[in-house]
Amino acid sequence: MEISTNGATTSSAAVGGGGGLEAKKSKKPKYSRFTQQELPACKPIVTPGLVITTFTIIGIIFIPMGLVSLSASEHVVEIVDRYDEVCTSNFHNKVAYIQSVSTNKSCTRTLIVPKLMKSPVFIYYQLDSFYQNHRRYVKSRSDKQLRNKAAENETTTCDPVARSQPDRAPIVPCGLIAWTLFNDTYGFSVKDKKIEVNKKNIAWDSDKGHKFGSNVYPKNFQTGGLIGGAKLDPSIPLSEQEDLIVWMRTAALPNFRKLYGRIEEDLQPNEEITVVIQNNYNTYSFGGRKELVLSTTSWIGGKNDFLGIAYITVGGLCLFFAVTFILLYVIKPRPLGDPSYLSWNKSPSGHPN
Amino acid sequence: MKRYVYINDDESSKELYCDNRISNRKYTLWNFLPKNLWEQFSRFMNQYFLLIACLQLWSLITPVNPASTWGPLIFIFAVSASKEAWDDYNRYLSDKKANEKEVWVVRQGIKKHIQAQDIHVGNIVWLRENDEVPCDLVLIGTSDPQGLCYVETAALDGETDLKTRIIPSACMGIDFELLHKIKGVIECPNPDKDIRRFDANLRLFPPFIDNDVCPLTIKNTILQSCYLRNTEWACGVAVYTGNETKLGMSRGIPEPKLTAMDAMIDKLTGAIFVFQIVVVMVLGIAGNVWKDTEARKQWYVLYPDEGPWYEVLVIPLRFELLCSIMIPISIKVSLDLVKSLYAKFIDWDFEMIDQETGIPSHATNTAISEDLGQVEYILTDKTGTLTENRMIFRRCCISGIFYGNETGDALKDVELLDAVSGGSPDVVRFLTVMAVCNTVIPVKSKTGAILYKAQSQDEDALVNAAARLHMVFVNKNANILEIRFNGSVIHYEVLETLEFTSDRKRMSVVVKNCQNGKIILLSKGADEAILPHAYAGQQTRTFIEAVDQYAQLGLRTLCLAWCELKEDEYQEWSLMFKEASSTLVDREWRIAEVCQRLEHDLEVLGVTAIEDRLQDGVPETIETLRKAGINFWMLTGDKQNTAIQIALSCNFISPEPKGQLLLIDGKTEDEVFRSLERVLLTMRITSSEPKDVAFVVDGWALEIALKHYRKPFTELAILSRTAICCRVTPSQKAQLVELLKSCDYRTLAIGDGGNDVRMIQQADIGVGISGREGLQAARAADYSIGKFRFLKRLILVHGRYSYNRTAFLSQYSFYKSLVICFIQIFFSFISGVSGTSLFNSVSLMAYNVFYTSVPVLVSVLDKDLSEGTVMQHPQILFYCQAGRLLNPSTFAGWFGRSLFHAIVVFLITIHAYAYEKSEMEELSMVALSGCIWLQAFVVALETNCFTIIQHLAIWGNLVAFYVINLIFSAIPSSGMYTIMFRLCRQPSYWITMFLIVAAGMGPVLALKYFRYTYRPITI
Repeated sequence: MEISTNGATTSSAAVGGGGGLEAKKSKKPKYSRFTQQELPACKPIVTPGLVITTFTIIGIIFIPMGLVSLSASEHVVEIVDRYDEVCTSNFHNKVAYIQSVSTNKSCTRTLIVPKLMKSPVFIYYQLDSFYQNHRRYVKSRSDKQLRNKAAENETTTCDPVARSQPDRAPIVPCGLIAWTLFNDTYGFSVKDKKIEVNKKNIAWDSDKGHKFGSNVYPKNFQTGGLIGGAKLDPSIPLSEQEDLIVWMRTAALPNFRKLYGRIEEDLQPNEEITVVIQNNYNTYSFGGRKELVLSTTSWIGGKNDFLGIAYITVGGLCLFFAVTFILLYVIKPRPLGDPSYLSWNKSPSGHPN
Repeated sequence: MKRYVYINDDESSKELYCDNRISNRKYTLWNFLPKNLWEQFSRFMNQYFLLIACLQLWSLITPVNPASTWGPLIFIFAVSASKEAWDDYNRYLSDKKANEKEVWVVRQGIKKHIQAQDIHVGNIVWLRENDEVPCDLVLIGTSDPQGLCYVETAALDGETDLKTRIIPSACMGIDFELLHKIKGVIECPNPDKDIRRFDANLRLFPPFIDNDVCPLTIKNTILQSCYLRNTEWACGVAVYTGNETKLGMSRGIPEPKLTAMDAMIDKLTGAIFVFQIVVVMVLGIAGNVWKDTEARKQWYVLYPDEGPWYEVLVIPLRFELLCSIMIPISIKVSLDLVKSLYAKFIDWDFEMIDQETGIPSHATNTAISEDLGQVEYILTDKTGTLTENRMIFRRCCISGIFYGNETGDALKDVELLDAVSGGSPDVVRFLTVMAVCNTVIPVKSKTGAILYKAQSQDEDALVNAAARLHMVFVNKNANILEIRFNGSVIHYEVLETLEFTSDRKRMSVVVKNCQNGKIILLSKGADEAILPHAYAGQQTRTFIEAVDQYAQLGLRTLCLAWCELKEDEYQEWSLMFKEASSTLVDREWRIAEVCQRLEHDLEVLGVTAIEDRLQDGVPETIETLRKAGINFWMLTGDKQNTAIQIALSCNFISPEPKGQLLLIDGKTEDEVFRSLERVLLTMRITSSEPKDVAFVVDGWALEIALKHYRKPFTELAILSRTAICCRVTPSQKAQLVELLKSCDYRTLAIGDGGNDVRMIQQADIGVGISGREGLQAARAADYSIGKFRFLKRLILVHGRYSYNRTAFLSQYSFYKSLVICFIQIFFSFISGVSGTSLFNSVSLMAYNVFYTSVPVLVSVLDKDLSEGTVMQHPQILFYCQAGRLLNPSTFAGWFGRSLFHAIVVFLITIHAYAYEKSEMEELSMVALSGCIWLQAFVVALETNCFTIIQHLAIWGNLVAFYVINLIFSAIPSSGMYTIMFRLCRQPSYWITMFLIVAAGMGPVLALKYFRYTYRPITI
């Protein structure tokens, strides 16, 4: 006869002093509602009433909310002007045009204000099919270097734009993101009267205060053979280079808008705005698009009908469910908790199959 | 191989054998880390996670901070390692306690007090009353003049009666002082774990005795962890020490049992792994193509024209890392955690405490509770499991006269009482066998009453009944038994005891009546073991009738017989017996053969009938579990008729005409085959009828069937919902379990005695009843319960809940990992298939380890139906048995849900946060909070009963998510500085959240309602 005991046997016997039974008795568990799995509980059942009410309520709440969101979005006045094609329509080889240093790239566009645009009017530039979220791109920055003057040499994460050629001096700010800084500029005027564009406070305060150092100055930036985007004034600290700060908040989507500045006066309906664009930024080589956007804002943000439409759709769907279930309930009532529905009560043999 | 132990020789054996240091430890201080890590890494899942974690160290491909995998990985490893370390430390402490215990040992002829760990093989160890035995000893002296001592072996085999141990004949009469100086050699086998056998020889060196070899048996030993009782002192020679003792050898980690659910989870994990590889390959190829066609044109990413050779691997590996979260790293830890909780619930259950003894149920194996809910076959022992194993002498038949038939209690039968007082010789002889032919030890209590310490409940019943009939077994003094009958005292000297074995099925004693010097053989045993040996000419027909009649009533029968022996006949046989007893090879078989020679020409005296009552609630339990679709097989060592009667009385089988009993018997292969074919044919015909058909097979036929006709027997086993196997041996029980397991059935074996241990260990689930036959079965079992009726609760309540809970937990774990993974995959399509991670490292880690694991861990407290409902409709268990809550199709449901939810979250996020709002950190937090909101509602929807804990966990977790992220947003150096504050201020953020919840949960709720109400799943 084999016995199967584990190591604990000897020890328990040793501790119990031979009184195996007494030791067992003291193991009697304590009573509590938790240990007996008898905690007071509420057991909601998916009854027709509950489900239909839930769907009705959701529907009733969501459709008005959708309408409110939609109207908020409708109140936003937005002017979108795609200029990359138009500004280069005279040139056959667009890539060569944009890459050439000598050509004059200014381009004039006329925008018509459809409705009154109350100040502040936000100016955005929009890039389409620009993958700021590409892994190679999004990783190519050094937050330490941006924040701290002492960390100037922390450029290992910045490849391939880490050090200037040929002297291997660290680039500040390093990395692809900074190197590709957007460099189109816009000048606005109405009837030959220049409109002031406020380019202050377009970046997040938190970025200016904590992410970009006030004692970090651009160094060796855009000095290599290959010029990416805009140049930076080496005498202004990074914390005040707001265009850079905005640009370096990378976008998660390939189509994105970034704040260019604000117009702090109302734009009257049917006013013609003349925009002089310095069309410098290369979107031609990868088939991207550039748009200039003027937009007011509302509590829900910019012009975006999606939330409103989605709310109405979901609300409608919920009402549809509610109505369907009511109909089902009326046409084919099914009492809950009726044991005659149990399969073993239906089959005569008492056993399944 | 043998070992030679030189008694009292300090030098010779010191080097050869280990000292008495007990070590149950798995690790030492030095090898803990490497050994534990090695063990953990031998699991496939851990290897996979380690590979992922190592790949993440390569910064070129890692999408996130390596900490997001290393953190959880180290955490999970630390948890398992510290659990192991804690267990090992406790083992170390208990070892230390046992090792440092002080014992008296003879050293250089002087008794010394030393620590138990310093005992060497060959040392003489002295024990006092109530001392624990420190190692395996061969007795050489006791305080008792006859050389007896008593030991309690409960720690070894769980039997609580006292056992007699005796010093070898060679040591008999050695003076107390001389015991210090004794020298000799013990020839014994190498250590093994058989606690019933010790076949050795002892030879003492001069001047003690001539060079005579003295046989040693287990009777001459006291084993480690026993206790010395009722004996002032005893001393013995250490033969096995430390971990080489019988107890030490039998220690061992039983092979871990794997539940059907674990196997299914493993399978699903494998499927997900394959899916992951496919996704990685597709995305990897797409990524490389996109890179070569599109990304080259994108001047702003500055792809070099010539990359390193491994460049083609970079993108696939990035996706491998992104997708690695598909397999939830926390699932193993979560499952271990909830499984130990299930086990605790069993331990804590008040309704499963044995009211008589106060012993609660206990789950020894904490890992297999789900299997309880999937049991298909229950194989049960009869005696002590279905019955109480409390034997009461009810009837008897003495030389053809039936006693107790009218009253049902022979002890109250006036006729018998008259016969006793009248001194009818047949009755007196019958009572003498009852009182003498046993191994019972009478113990006088303080009040003067006599208590009997018996190993077998039958013997206990017989001795007690004899005492009630005025044949009182008063005292046992060495070999002298003192019997008081009707006022006179009779002394018997026990010459030999021919022990009971399950093969012989009888036991005998040879005693000498001290008054008249007559030598008599007294036998008792099963009818087929006694009746064939009756002397020629004795009419045994009445006894056969009596046995049948009693068996019909479900009583246990024993035949009693005796035989007078001639002096020379005994002497001659005694020599043979002595020789057989001292053989080292096949001793048991040799003894049986020798015993056979004496046990013939018996005069059968009569038949006793002992009742063993059914336990409370047995018929109800069997009926309920049968309704739950569980098939029952009864495996018993008892005889066919008794088994059938018990089966009838506990609803096991139905009486005619509702039920039908088919018999498989036969002595030869052909007979068995024909009978098997016949039964099989009947089974096939009746399987469509609503009739309870059961088959009965006895041990002999079973042996043949299993050996030669395994295939038809297997078919029969599948067809039959009920079976009774009688006269089966422990190994046959295990074979039957094996047979059912090989047909892919989940088996549960339940038993209470040592003969059930093998079946219990073999079965998927072993349940032991901590009954009167000791704790052996309960120790070997995965679950020990006090009464058979607790089985109902164990299966229907604990098993079912465990199954449901694990099904939810495991699938949910995959679901939540898949949601986040799908979002990452979708995001890769709008990020140039370059393997950018939408979520930051902290969020990813916290999502898997914290945000989603707390609510789901608490959801294991969920109860879908009340205990009462399940007990009332046990058919509900079909659902678990068939594995309807965790299978590829339910998993596909969860997979689909994760895909749907990922689409909802992703589409809503990128549209609501388009254009000027599409900032990376913000968008990622919006998507993450969308997931967290959905998780809260998914868990809430899947929860059937909300207690305060669940509310706290689900909604508290949601609040905790915001608190934690707001704290992170307040740290200037963190990547998401101010993000959460900005989001929480935007109305559009909250509007987006509600939209995600409504769009994600609406269809799920509608589908659930529709399916529950209009398309309920039939069981």
